[in-house]
Amino acid sequence: MRRKAAITGIGETSFSKDSGMSDKALQLQAVERAIADAGLARDEIDGLIPSPHGSGFTVEGFAENLGLRDLRFSVTIHFGGANGCTAIHAAAMAIAAGAARHVVVVAGRNGYSGSSKISARPQLQPGNFEVTREFESPFGATVPMHFYALIARRHMHEYGTTTRQMGSVAVAMREHALKNEKALMKKPITIDDHEHSSEIVRPFRLLDCCIESDGAAAYIVSAAETARDRPNRPAWIIGCAEGHPDSPTSVATRQDLLRSGVTIAASRALTMADMAPSDLRAGYLYDPFTFMVIAQLENIGICKAGEGGPFVESGGIRLDGRFPVNTHGGLHSQAHSMAGINHITEAVKQLRGTAGQAQLLTPSPLVVTGTGDFGDGAVAVLAND
Amino acid sequence: MRRADAIDEKTASASPGNSVIPPIPLPQPTDASRPFWESCHRHELRIQHCLQCGAFIHYPKIHCPMDGSDRFDWPIMSGKGYVYSFVVVLRAFHAGFKLQVPYVVAIIQLEEGVRMISNVVGIDPDKVYVGMRVEVEFDDVSADISLPKFHPYLQGGQ
Repeated sequence: MRRKAAITGIGETSFSKDSGMSDKALQLQAVERAIADAGLARDEIDGLIPSPHGSGFTVEGFAENLGLRDLRFSVTIHFGGANGCTAIHAAAMAIAAGAARHVVVVAGRNGYSGSSKISARPQLQPGNFEVTREFESPFGATVPMHFYALIARRHMHEYGTTTRQMGSVAVAMREHALKNEKALMKKPITIDDHEHSSEIVRPFRLLDCCIESDGAAAYIVSAAETARDRPNRPAWIIGCAEGHPDSPTSVATRQDLLRSGVTIAASRALTMADMAPSDLRAGYLYDPFTFMVIAQLENIGICKAGEGGPFVESGGIRLDGRFPVNTHGGLHSQAHSMAGINHITEAVKQLRGTAGQAQLLTPSPLVVTGTGDFGDGAVAVLAND
Repeated sequence: MRRADAIDEKTASASPGNSVIPPIPLPQPTDASRPFWESCHRHELRIQHCLQCGAFIHYPKIHCPMDGSDRFDWPIMSGKGYVYSFVVVLRAFHAGFKLQVPYVVAIIQLEEGVRMISNVVGIDPDKVYVGMRVEVEFDDVSADISLPKFHPYLQGGQ
């Protein structure tokens, strides 16, 4: 699959707390912008991977509303926040197999103003969380934060990771957001702000949690032979994989809490790319909670186990650090309602050299991750040549 | 359904006396898990055990994930274990837990090796630590359901 496909188009709506549009309208707008960005006609799209979050279109609804006359490939992924990145792998596979030439991937919803606001949900929904609902919710373990905090506490116990180290992730994300015109969070924060923000689930405070927003984002994966004909520089997919921990539906019964789907996927994606973690120049790491950045630095191998905390504390993930992470501000400070596709669109901007004030001098190759449902993971390695 | 039990935290904190506390979410036993919940109801902690390969299986499953067997027995556990990880919940997202905060959600590792989510009770949440020895007790939360919870256990007697 290596270099058989590239991301050739990206599209984003504005990110807000009150879009005034339906989930479907947001998704359509992002898709149309991505198609235009790729310089394609609508009916050249022959593959589609929507995300089931919110009240968006089904595959059929998209085909009808986009006027797709010959949709040849579609699949829907159900890995929560990992959907956006898992779709890079699924789209690249479909293209490598000859099943499609231009696959559009989209996610988006009114995650702040609409009914899919996660923090307003008293407990996890059925479907992927049947086990949680039967065996864990009765004990008051009802929301994602409870489970990620359990993983974080174990990491603190094993390695001495501190809440201040988690706080330095929040501060770095905010610093990056201040340079990103689309980011929702505009006010600088300090470690002290983090340490004084309200405790919600000890060890997590308010500023350990990502924001929620309205908005959608989309990208187009095209076959290698067509990628160079597009108006923008292609972001080549040189490694991609999905991965799942043992007992994917239950954090508690997982043998090793710190071995996530990203751990497994990263190793596979880097093997495909024929690279070592030290070859990677930047990371777009799915960041529902600050701790998840520390965890994934270790999962990918940017840091050794237990060294993620000191690495972020010493500024390693800042724009001028050894491994800049989430130069757009991430889920923490840019936007969160599109299954991590805003990480992918920002990664593509970096590889094109259009990331504005946060543009890195040497962004290529970089790594994108998605994590969802407390363990599902996806990893993609992208490069601009 | 989601709207009906959503939390309105401002209203609740402004008039704690008036707000009705909804029930906590209760398990809906399945064919696979019914023996577990029925034993809890009798205040016995029993764990699914594969008769073919001898693996303890938790949470209960339709087939043994090790060898696919569907022949099980349900031996009684010692009820003792330790805190593998824990958090202190300070804000209830589900209104059913509003009067319980702060409460401890923990991953308990039983002596027999299986892990489960539970609560550590009978101790100040700030005194709980990873590695703390605990022992099961049962909380009768409804006519049919008793939840296995854990309190600190001192070796060599209480």
